[in-house]
Amino acid sequence: MDPVFLSRLQFAAATMFHFLFVPLTLGLSILVAYMETRFARSGDETYLRMTKFWGKLFLINFALGVVTGITLEFQFGTNWSRYSAYVGDIFGSLLAIEASVAFFLESTLIGVWIFGWKKLSPKAHAAVMWLVAGAGNISALWILIANGWMQHPVGYVLRNGRAELNDFAAVVFNKFAIMEFLHTVPAAFILSSFFVMGISAYHLLKKQEIDFFTRSFNIALVLGLFSSIWVAVQGDQHAVHVTEVQPAKLAAMESHWETTSAAPMLLLAIPDEENERNLFEFGRIPGLLSLLGYHDINAEVRGLNDFPKEDRPPVLLTFLSFRIMVILGTLFPLLTIIGWFLRKRLVENRWYLTIMMLAIPLPYIAIEAGWVLAEVGRQPWIVYGLLRTTNAVSPVAGAQVLSSLAAFILVYGLLGLVGFFLIGRFALQGPPAQPAPASR
Amino acid sequence: MLLVATWFYVWGLLWAIFFITDGFDFGIGTLYPFLGRSDGDKRSMINAMGPLWDGNEVWLITAGGVTFAAFPLVYAVMFSSLYTPLMLILFALILRGVSMEFRGKVDSPAWRRVWDTCIFVGSFLPALLFGVAFANIFQGLPLDKVNQEYLFRGNLLTLLNPYGLLGGILFLLFFLVHGALWLAIRTEGDLQQRAVRTAAWIWLPLLLAAVAFLAYSAVATNLYANYLARPFRFVVILLAVAGLLGIRVFLARQQFFKAWFASALAIVAATFFGIVGLFPRMLPSTIADTYSLTAFNAASSQLTLKIMLVVVLLFIPVVLAYQIWAYHLFRTKMTGEDMVY
Repeated sequence: MDPVFLSRLQFAAATMFHFLFVPLTLGLSILVAYMETRFARSGDETYLRMTKFWGKLFLINFALGVVTGITLEFQFGTNWSRYSAYVGDIFGSLLAIEASVAFFLESTLIGVWIFGWKKLSPKAHAAVMWLVAGAGNISALWILIANGWMQHPVGYVLRNGRAELNDFAAVVFNKFAIMEFLHTVPAAFILSSFFVMGISAYHLLKKQEIDFFTRSFNIALVLGLFSSIWVAVQGDQHAVHVTEVQPAKLAAMESHWETTSAAPMLLLAIPDEENERNLFEFGRIPGLLSLLGYHDINAEVRGLNDFPKEDRPPVLLTFLSFRIMVILGTLFPLLTIIGWFLRKRLVENRWYLTIMMLAIPLPYIAIEAGWVLAEVGRQPWIVYGLLRTTNAVSPVAGAQVLSSLAAFILVYGLLGLVGFFLIGRFALQGPPAQPAPASR
Repeated sequence: MLLVATWFYVWGLLWAIFFITDGFDFGIGTLYPFLGRSDGDKRSMINAMGPLWDGNEVWLITAGGVTFAAFPLVYAVMFSSLYTPLMLILFALILRGVSMEFRGKVDSPAWRRVWDTCIFVGSFLPALLFGVAFANIFQGLPLDKVNQEYLFRGNLLTLLNPYGLLGGILFLLFFLVHGALWLAIRTEGDLQQRAVRTAAWIWLPLLLAAVAFLAYSAVATNLYANYLARPFRFVVILLAVAGLLGIRVFLARQQFFKAWFASALAIVAATFFGIVGLFPRMLPSTIADTYSLTAFNAASSQLTLKIMLVVVLLFIPVVLAYQIWAYHLFRTKMTGEDMVY
């Protein structure tokens, strides 16, 4: 029982599960805050009912996101102690800043929001939700700065047998981290807006609460439209930067073996890592890979064979996750642009509503695929070019990790089932028929 | 020197604040099956901590994060050595958190029973295990050093020694009293009376456990060396005693807020009893003192310590300010509108 493999599996399970809930928290908090602000300003009861309905779904999701986040912070210590000792000087600070600057605010104020309907004025209560939303997104910024440092370490020196901070600004303004933030957070907004649009579409198809769900749909549509176009455009820039600082990841993303200029892109391939070639290739588009990586159709792209075998990421997983992310990422702006033209007569366009209802899981798949690409594509490094994953694991017994991994799968599996059951149940139920009493 | 020493005490303070904030949640959750006779009682107990537990739990995240940032080696060795107990604590915290959110969402007694059990287990286990863990840290762990790397030569059973278990019981009793006092503040009627009686009833075992722990520490740990070197440090122990006596006095006068603060003082002082005694050790080794992890050999670089100190000095007061505001908002007796869960 290899503790490295088991610890990786455990971290992957814990992170991916955590990230089923985080993106919805990031985007839905903003939508709920916006709805409540509309209510506080206009006194329009429908906005209050919207706040309460979407707020309830938000809170179930929020609880799962919060509790599954705690294990992540401590897993660096339990399972990756050599990593922690080696880079804690930098990485640990970023986590500590995240907790004290942002997570505290989010967690304290969510309690005030849940219990403070009668204790605060409508405007103050809405302001609390804006602070929750802001804090959550700032929290994401610090976590992504931490991850950005693992992807592209900057601002450090090797001293005393470890990586020590020597330029804090370089770490905070790390281009890779900023790129990740500008990609991940808007992607979370896409997921949240598709969640709201999909559930609204279900009710509009059943012709229930048409005003309520048309308004909900259209608020989410605006967020979804802007963020899906943004993510597609920004993702292109992000790929250029990845090419520059993580060339092996780019080569694996494309299952690109031989260094060539005017490198083609393959729509589909089955890599044969043993023999350093592709078993099967389909849909060769000349020059597209050079264009993607360098914005130059003739540029030379380094192939996997130019990297020592021990420095290559797993090709198949990296290749597939990139494709899943990009295909879905192209679909989202198309769907929201169509929605923009149909927004005034949603109910009549049942085909569109059906598609949007069925599209709820797609951003979840895209965003998880994006993380698989980012993390698996970084292998064999835990900190790119600096520390190998195999040298990062704790000196703990495989059996210990196996039992905690089993517990993770069991507990998280059950919680996930219950969580999605509850979210689904309340989502399908719709808002209570009686208008909720006004606060105050 | 001064910077590292400051960080050592900031580290201790963050754990102490975690124990006084989330500590009463653990206490309420442990008392839950015993004091919550009816569904109404149970809901009152959950809602008494409902607005605050989430913010309280972040003190744990911050204490962990600061350990990681300021003393990476301690973070690495502590949590990989205490692998199984920490995992148990984390799973317990997960269950406790979701249970409060899930419990009222389906109207079925069987459904509620499942989450009721999780609330109890999810509160009882951390209360006990944090005590076991910290008593073991006070006492020292079998830490070895091979090729510049620290290795834990023990297992879960190593931690379940008599001193560790006494520490667990002490923490548990502290949190039970602390939680019962918070219930006395926020609830009314029969439930409040039961909470007051429980606090009064557990107070004596708590006092005995505290005295036993102080005495046993003289045998099982090296903590008193620091006190004997600078006798004014015994003030910490006096404060713990004062807090414990204060609980009794204010409880008798039905002044529950003051009793709760006395209990908070006792918990902080009890934590600092160990912290002051440990300095500069953070994880003493029972194999050889040269293998001990200290604030000095485990600290981050001067630059990181300075930046983080600025962050902490800037933001922790802000955090305290809005948390005190939240506590202030929810210090009153609960009415129907406070029964959200």
